[in-house]
Amino acid sequence: MITSEPDTRGHFGPYGGRYVPETLMSPLEDVERAWREARQSPEFQAELKELLHNYAGRPTPLYYAKRLTEQLGGAKIYLKREDLLHTGAHKINNCIGQALLARRMGKRRIIAETGAGQHGVATATVCALFGLDCVVYMGEEDMRRQRLNVFRMRLLGAKVVGVNTGSRTLKDAISEAMRDWVTNIGDTHYLLGSALGAHPYPTMVRDFHRCIGDEARAQILEREGRLADTLFACVGGGSNAIGLFHAFIPDEAVKLVGVEAGGRGGTLGEHAARFAGGIPGVLQGTYSYLLQNDDGQIALTHSVSAGLDYPSVGPEHAWLHDQGRAEYVSCTDEVALQGALKLARTEGIIPALESSHGVAEAIRRAPEEPGKIYIVNVSGRGDKDVDIYRENFPELDKA
Amino acid sequence: MSRITSLFERLSAEKRRGLIAYVTAGDPAPERTPSLVAALERGGADLIELGVPFSDPVADGPVIQRASDRAIAAGCTLAKVLEIAAAIRKQSEIPLLLFSYLNPLLRCGFDRLAADARAAGIDGCLITDLSVEEAGDTVPRLRAAGLDTVFLAAPTSPAHRLKLVAEYSSGFVYLVSRTGVTGEQAQLSASVGPLVAAMREATSLPLAVGFGISKPEHAAAAGSLADAIVVGSAFVRVVEECGADPRLEAEVEALARRLKQPLLELPA
Repeated sequence: MITSEPDTRGHFGPYGGRYVPETLMSPLEDVERAWREARQSPEFQAELKELLHNYAGRPTPLYYAKRLTEQLGGAKIYLKREDLLHTGAHKINNCIGQALLARRMGKRRIIAETGAGQHGVATATVCALFGLDCVVYMGEEDMRRQRLNVFRMRLLGAKVVGVNTGSRTLKDAISEAMRDWVTNIGDTHYLLGSALGAHPYPTMVRDFHRCIGDEARAQILEREGRLADTLFACVGGGSNAIGLFHAFIPDEAVKLVGVEAGGRGGTLGEHAARFAGGIPGVLQGTYSYLLQNDDGQIALTHSVSAGLDYPSVGPEHAWLHDQGRAEYVSCTDEVALQGALKLARTEGIIPALESSHGVAEAIRRAPEEPGKIYIVNVSGRGDKDVDIYRENFPELDKA
Repeated sequence: MSRITSLFERLSAEKRRGLIAYVTAGDPAPERTPSLVAALERGGADLIELGVPFSDPVADGPVIQRASDRAIAAGCTLAKVLEIAAAIRKQSEIPLLLFSYLNPLLRCGFDRLAADARAAGIDGCLITDLSVEEAGDTVPRLRAAGLDTVFLAAPTSPAHRLKLVAEYSSGFVYLVSRTGVTGEQAQLSASVGPLVAAMREATSLPLAVGFGISKPEHAAAAGSLADAIVVGSAFVRVVEECGADPRLEAEVEALARRLKQPLLELPA
């Protein structure tokens, strides 16, 4: 049986680990210790469960997309509705968990990075809830394209700091958050938002999101009397995908499909398809597939979706990829946009641009697979993306 | 004996403290770095940290980030850095420490890197984001090629980590003076003294203190505690201000002299 637990130093096979300057090693050991203690603490688990249920809105529905299924005429498509959570995406699961952890560790100040802004909003939300100071780093390019979320964070009392280095996107926001953390270790917890970075983050973030798959597994058994054939999720850092996949990893008959950002095409710099164009390397604390040039410099990336626009990928995904346990494909900006439109028109659900990548891949495959059951993780809702949808569907403005 | 070890033996015999200078290789241009290093040596630098530019330098403040960007824009690859080292080695016996983030070295491959670096006259490597926990395969390969491996110790490192850092280090240990990224500071951090004392407990290797040393008074304070001091951003700032201007070497030499002077005035 394939399992996917890291070794004691956070390695999934060769991937993962802890590649940071020495100054951050001890703080990471502290986070790991606090998290391991919290996992065993009934009080912590009870408070987490209560907040996930009454504050965030768990469990989320597993919705049978009947009209979409009928129109495609093939596989039966279920949607895991993480978009219905408070703040509009799965990100809140991890933020509640880490905020509780930060409080346990006596940290008064929270920092975070954000790409699309969903993690930033979820972080700002839990900081308001727990009365913690909050600083969110965000690339200036992402601030421009996700300006609604910038304002939401400010409304919630967070300070949003624009990052104008590099590609001015998620990668650069993470670097700046790491620089803040190394400077303010004493009172600050870094609330990293994806299953990325140095150990214990990939495993800890995965654990805070594994409720997605635990619920979906029970829900599909109840609805269909059997497991799904294929799961679909978009993969940026990979937190929503690993959250959905994890409970199914031992179920080897269940196909796991991660969908990366194919962007504008296959040339380096035009996409964020790490498994298609990446070579293993180290960025921001972890060893994983990495888009880079021949000299080991990190490549620029592009995706219409800010949350997938990142040159590396969570190390557990790299391991599942090499084991052949999960399959990773990519879908272009254009295909993702069409997938979003299709879901909006058939089911009345406007997905986040990130989630649209998973939706689009399921739509592409479904007609060929009648009799199969799919679960697609609709990891976030598309309200934040209305400006981008508008830019890309100008004909709708003229109607 | 490595050039780094013999430097520290000489310093110790002469009861002197060393000045270690960091420059980002290839900034302002690859062909300029050897003359910059020669100027540093004339100004009194005892060891040169040759920085490999990297696109995402998470441990560095804005000054070295910008230097990295300039060097990459000027076409400075890892292969180019080694060519620069070879050019320096033709004119000087000053110890050269390759100072790099891990990924460019991984991309090259450590067996090839170790051989090429040695052939270029590099004496050791310091890899900023390679923790001792992850260094088990790397250290023997570098040492086998005759390269020293220098690791960082930080004010946040507890005793068990200082011991590990000492075990993996050769040549000297680099003590990070404060929590934070590289960059100039108004004052030397108060955490230096306790860190030096704790590290002396863990090792007999020479100790260098860096991060935030930019003024003669910092040099005096750090030099009174450690065997050498490291200055980076202050030199890189001069490079940024002068660019390709012909006065660059003279300015850098003058700064090295100003920072070296207080070390020479310290009691033996």
